[in-house]
Amino acid sequence: MKYKSVFDIIGPVMVGPSSSHTAGAVRIGLVAYKLFGRKPSWARVSFYGSFAETYRGHGTDVAIVAGLLGFDTFDERLPAALDIARAEGLDVSFSAEEAIPHHPNTARLCIGDDRGELELVGISIGGGKIEIVELNGFALKLSGHHPALLIMHNDRYGTIGAVASVLAKHAINIGHMEVSRKEKGKEALMAIEVDQPLTDDLIQELEQLPNILQVAKLAD
Amino acid sequence: MFRNVAELVALAENEQTKIAEVMIRHEIEVSGRSREDVIAQMDHHLSVMERAVERGLQGVSSRSGLTGFDAVRMQRYIEAGRFLSGETILDAVSKAMATNEVNAAMGVICATPTAGAAGVVPGTLFAVKEKLRPTRKEMIEFLFTAGAFGYVVANNASISGAAGGCQAEVGSAAGMAAAALVELAGGTPSQAAEAMAIALKNMLGLVCDPVAGLVEVPCVKRNAMGAANAMIAADMALAGIKSRIPCDEVIEAMYRIGAAMPVALKETAQGGLAATPTGRAIAARIFGASAATK
Repeated sequence: MKYKSVFDIIGPVMVGPSSSHTAGAVRIGLVAYKLFGRKPSWARVSFYGSFAETYRGHGTDVAIVAGLLGFDTFDERLPAALDIARAEGLDVSFSAEEAIPHHPNTARLCIGDDRGELELVGISIGGGKIEIVELNGFALKLSGHHPALLIMHNDRYGTIGAVASVLAKHAINIGHMEVSRKEKGKEALMAIEVDQPLTDDLIQELEQLPNILQVAKLAD
Repeated sequence: MFRNVAELVALAENEQTKIAEVMIRHEIEVSGRSREDVIAQMDHHLSVMERAVERGLQGVSSRSGLTGFDAVRMQRYIEAGRFLSGETILDAVSKAMATNEVNAAMGVICATPTAGAAGVVPGTLFAVKEKLRPTRKEMIEFLFTAGAFGYVVANNASISGAAGGCQAEVGSAAGMAAAALVELAGGTPSQAAEAMAIALKNMLGLVCDPVAGLVEVPCVKRNAMGAANAMIAADMALAGIKSRIPCDEVIEAMYRIGAAMPVALKETAQGGLAATPTGRAIAARIFGASAATK
């Protein structure tokens, strides 16, 4: 069953006009914001496929920036996101790319400030659901049909075990998990799909663990 | 647990309860949330729908200027009293358009089952409110009933225009609304299924061909007709008229038609109304000449 909840059908509550090109785009921006952990001072957004052709009419540009500001899909400030970004000193540029993407609704986000940078590729698969297919050069393979956690962390022993223990304590079952790193002992990524909803309390508890850099949840 | 409309109807009949109640129990079981929590969330979604209709009836316009103010035009026409069809059905049409005009104007809506088809379910609910005088609880149940039928369509066929054309979006929404209208009016679960089948049968083959790729033309007016279709289908089912093709087979047919539909007619803005001279001219005006030739 692709759709599990009645609120996948009667929902989400969102700013229009498109669940895929607006709500999905907000969620891609919001994941980038949560993983970065703060509002970036600059952002370069590249659109591919249908996103590249229709982003202005659907407000996909506005929606991505709203997500980068930490707004959710139903935030009424969403239509004013570009003005709010300017007022808050977030410098944004957009480009429509010619390259043919694997999925028609694809966006690549590079964001940063004087303390760091983050690069992420997201796709919007319909009805406001999204998948993150690449993060800081790490390829991800999440189904998008279950709640998921993305955790950037230091590559140290015990970190994966500690995260799994917290999930077990909250009676959350792991359905699929990927771990990857660029170099031994450096920055690493855990992508975890689970069967139960993820609460804010749980996210906060994970953030308190040693060697955890950033935690973001996909869907809920 | 139900996988199709036949099982949904059987569950409601065997337990002598409403389809809405079957959906509520299913949601509690799947999500692990309390009944109060689940009801409260649907209550919130109902409030969002109410606010969207109110805002649309005050008159809104989209960024592109392609859509807006038709909900208001229809209300003025109803007030003038010289309409040809009926007041309730035209009210449903107006309120469906109101929701989609707010959606096109980047207002807050509740997707039912998608943003592009968000007008049909609330449009019909708020139109029959005067006549049936439902309690708040019954209005919330209406949304669970609509959700139950949409849930079956989403899992057995599609609710995405990119996958199945407009029949999957406004078609599904019309079927969901028709079934929920029947239950709200006191019809049986099997009558609700007949209404869903009749509504969806008359949306089969409807393509998704939005001008300039925007959720505006013809989406707003397709929501209007989806609402009208739902009202008539509900009345037919309540009159005792049955669909010769069972509801689940209509849903299956919708899925197969969607799979056979050319990509140009599935939310790519390459065919149908989007490819007309006027459709292309609008796209060129909004996005520049290069986008219109693609």
